[in-house]
Amino acid sequence: MKRVAARVLLMATLAASPAGVWAADTIVVGSKAFTEGYVLGEIAAQAMESASSVPVTRKLGMGSTGILFQALKSGAIDVYSDYTGTLAEAILKRPDLRSIEDIRGALLSMDLVMSDPLGFDDTYALAVKETFAEQHHLNAISDLAGIEGTIRAALSYEFMDRQDGYQGLVQAYRLHFAPEKVSRMEHSLTYQAIDDGAVDLIDLYSTDAKIEKSRLRVLQDDRHYFPVYQAVWVARKAFTEKHPHEWQALLNLQGSISEKAMIDMNAQADIGHVSFAKIAAQFLGSEAPRSQSLKSNILQRTREHLWLVGISLLFSVLVGIPLGLAAVRFHAAGQAILIASAVIQTVPSLALLCFLIPLFGVGMRPALAALCLYSLLPVVLNTFTGVRGVDPKHLENARAFGLTRRQILWRIVLPLASPTVLAGIKNATIVSIGTATLAALVGAGGYGAPIVSGLSLNDVPTILTGAIPAALMALVAYGVFELLGYVVIPAGLRKQTETQTGRPAGGAALSKE
Amino acid sequence: MLTLQNIYKNFEGRPVLSDINLNVPQGATHALIGSSGSGKTTLLRITLGLIPFDKGYVKINDQPLLSFTQVEWADRIGYVPQDGGLFPHITGFNNVSLIAKLRGWTRDKIEKRVQELRGLVDLDPAILGRFPFELSGGQQQRVAIMRAAMMDPQVMLLDEPMAALDPLIRRTLQRELKAIFQRLGKTVLLVTHDLGEAVYLADQITLLHEGKVVQSGSYRELLLHPKDPFVTQFINAQRTLPDAAQVA
Repeated sequence: MKRVAARVLLMATLAASPAGVWAADTIVVGSKAFTEGYVLGEIAAQAMESASSVPVTRKLGMGSTGILFQALKSGAIDVYSDYTGTLAEAILKRPDLRSIEDIRGALLSMDLVMSDPLGFDDTYALAVKETFAEQHHLNAISDLAGIEGTIRAALSYEFMDRQDGYQGLVQAYRLHFAPEKVSRMEHSLTYQAIDDGAVDLIDLYSTDAKIEKSRLRVLQDDRHYFPVYQAVWVARKAFTEKHPHEWQALLNLQGSISEKAMIDMNAQADIGHVSFAKIAAQFLGSEAPRSQSLKSNILQRTREHLWLVGISLLFSVLVGIPLGLAAVRFHAAGQAILIASAVIQTVPSLALLCFLIPLFGVGMRPALAALCLYSLLPVVLNTFTGVRGVDPKHLENARAFGLTRRQILWRIVLPLASPTVLAGIKNATIVSIGTATLAALVGAGGYGAPIVSGLSLNDVPTILTGAIPAALMALVAYGVFELLGYVVIPAGLRKQTETQTGRPAGGAALSKE
Repeated sequence: MLTLQNIYKNFEGRPVLSDINLNVPQGATHALIGSSGSGKTTLLRITLGLIPFDKGYVKINDQPLLSFTQVEWADRIGYVPQDGGLFPHITGFNNVSLIAKLRGWTRDKIEKRVQELRGLVDLDPAILGRFPFELSGGQQQRVAIMRAAMMDPQVMLLDEPMAALDPLIRRTLQRELKAIFQRLGKTVLLVTHDLGEAVYLADQITLLHEGKVVQSGSYRELLLHPKDPFVTQFINAQRTLPDAAQVA
C-alpha cells in the first residue's frame, strides 16, 4: 500500500514538473548567439561531461537574453552564462542592483541560482578607428562632445534598446548624435561596417577579439556610465539540487577565466576559426570531443529542417484549407479569420518565438508552432481567393444536376480552385524554408544553426553551410510543386491556362498573389 | 408532362411572378419567351427546384416538386444551361457521365448510354475526349444536351441554347436541335428571348411580361389573335431588319 502511494506521488511529481526536466535525465546548456556565449556554453557542457555521466544537450546560439531567460524559467534549459549588468537590467528590471549579493538574492526569489563571477568583465564600450581617433583627438567618450553630430554610427540592436545602452549613454554624456546617421545592425556586422569605412563609431563588448585586428580605439568610459558586466553562470534552482555534482563542476570554474584568456579564446574562434569544442577542451586541458564531419552535419541539419518545414506545411494544409473554406462560407467569421492570420504574419519572427516559449518551451515545439502560424496565411488567403473565384454559375448548375453539397465541394469547387490553392501552399513552403532558419534561435536546429553561429563569428563559410542548403531546398521545393501541379490541377484547367498564357497553371497563379 | 400551376413568387415584397400557368404535354416542345426582366429566369430556377416559391405547384407527370429531394428532382429534369455550362476542368465524356458515376452506375452501363446518346446528337467519338475549351460552341451545346439526357429524365429544360452562337452556326444547330428533340422524344421546355428560335423549335409559345403570362398558344394564334397589344408589339420588335421595299 505504501509503495503504491509512493509511486502515485512520484508520477504526480513527474507530470507536474515542466517538460525537458523529466523527459530523460539530461542536462541542457543554453547560450547566447555571439562568440563568447558559444565558447562559455561549450566550456560548461564539457566541464559537466567530464565530471559526470549524465548526458549534456547543447542548445547554443539562442536568440536573445529574453529567449534564454524564458527558456530557463520554463525548464527548457538548465544553465547558461550571462552578465551581472544584463541580469540586473534586462531580466530583473532593477538597474539599481549593482552588487553580486543583491542580484543573487533577487534571482533566488525567482528560483534561479547564480554563481560567483567567472573572472572577467565584459562591458559595453564605444570604439572608433585608431586613425579617426588621432584625427579628432579622441580618448574618452566625453571627447565626442562637439563632433558627435557629424559621426556615423552603427550600433547593435540590444545596445540601442537597453536602458543601460544608448538612451542612458546620450543622457549621461549629453551627446546629440544625428538620428539619420545612427544605424542599427547585427553586432558582428558592425565590425564589417567600420572596417569598410562605412561608419566611424560602433559599440562593442570589451572582450571582443576583433578590437585589435580592426585597429580600433576603445573610448574610456570617463563618467563610469556603463554598469559592470561580470560573467556568471545562471541555473535553475531545481537543477542545482538535482545535479549538485555537475553544478559543482561549473562552480569550480569561478574566478578561473581571466579577461586575457577570454579575449584570446574569442580571437581563436573569430579570427582563427578554431571550433568552439576545441577551444573549450584546450581551456579545460582535456581532449576535444570528436567533431561531426561536414557531411553528417549537413545531413542532420537537413533532417531537422525538413521536419520543421514538413510538419508546419502539413498543419497549414490541414487547417488552412478548411479555414479558407469557412471564410468563404461565413462572411463575418471569414473576415475575422483573414485578419487574424494577416496579423500573425506581421509579428516579427523573433518576437513570435519569444511569445511561444512560455507555452512550448524551447527547441522544436515553439519553432514548429511559429512556422505553422506563419504558413497559415498564404494557404488561408489563397483558398479563400481561389474558392471565391469559382464562377457561381458552375455552383448553381451543379445543384441543378443534383450534386450534393459535399460532391460540389470535392468535384467542382476544389478542383476549380486548385491552381490558386496550390500556389498558396507553394508560397507557404518557400516562406517556411526561409523562416525555419530562425528556428535555431530557440534551439530547434536546422539550417539556421550554422547561419546564426556563422553570423556571430562573421564567418561567411559557416553561414554558407546553412544558407546554400536552404536555398537548394527552396529550389527543390519549387520543382516539386511544379510537378505536383500535374497531379493536383485538373488537366482541363492546366491545358487551358497553358494554351492561353504559355505558362504552367500554378506559376501563373503564384505571380498573381 | 410538365405542369406549372398558379405559381407566385415575391422578392423583397415585390411580386416577381404572379399566377403562372403552363402545361407541356408529353413529348411536346414548349417555348417560354420574354425580354430580360420578364421573370423567365426566375421561373426557370423555380422549375429546377433551385429557389423556393410562395404559392402553386410544379409537377412532372402529376408528381409535385416538393415531394422530392433536390437530388431526386434533378434526375427527373435534364438541364442544359446557357452556353452549355460544361465544367471546364473535366473532359466532355466526364461532363456527360459525372452524375451517373456519382449514382454508382457501372462502367459498362455508362459507356453504353454515352454511345447511345452520342448517336442521337450526332457527335464524333473523339470530341468527347476533349476539354470544353477545345470544343466549338455547337459541340459544347451537344455535349451539354447529352449530359442533360444521361439519366433519362422525363423533362428537358434548355436555357437560351443558341444565345452565344454566331448566326450561321445557329441556323444549322437549330435544324439539328429540332431533329434531336424528335429523336429523344422528351418533353422540352425552352427558355429564350428569341422569337424566331421559339417559333422554329416549339409547338406552343408562352409569352411572359412583367411576371405574368400575356398569352399562351401557337405562333399563329399569337400573331393573328393577340390577347394584348403587347403581344403584337413584342412580335414586331423582333423584326429588326428593314425589308426590300424599305431599302429601295
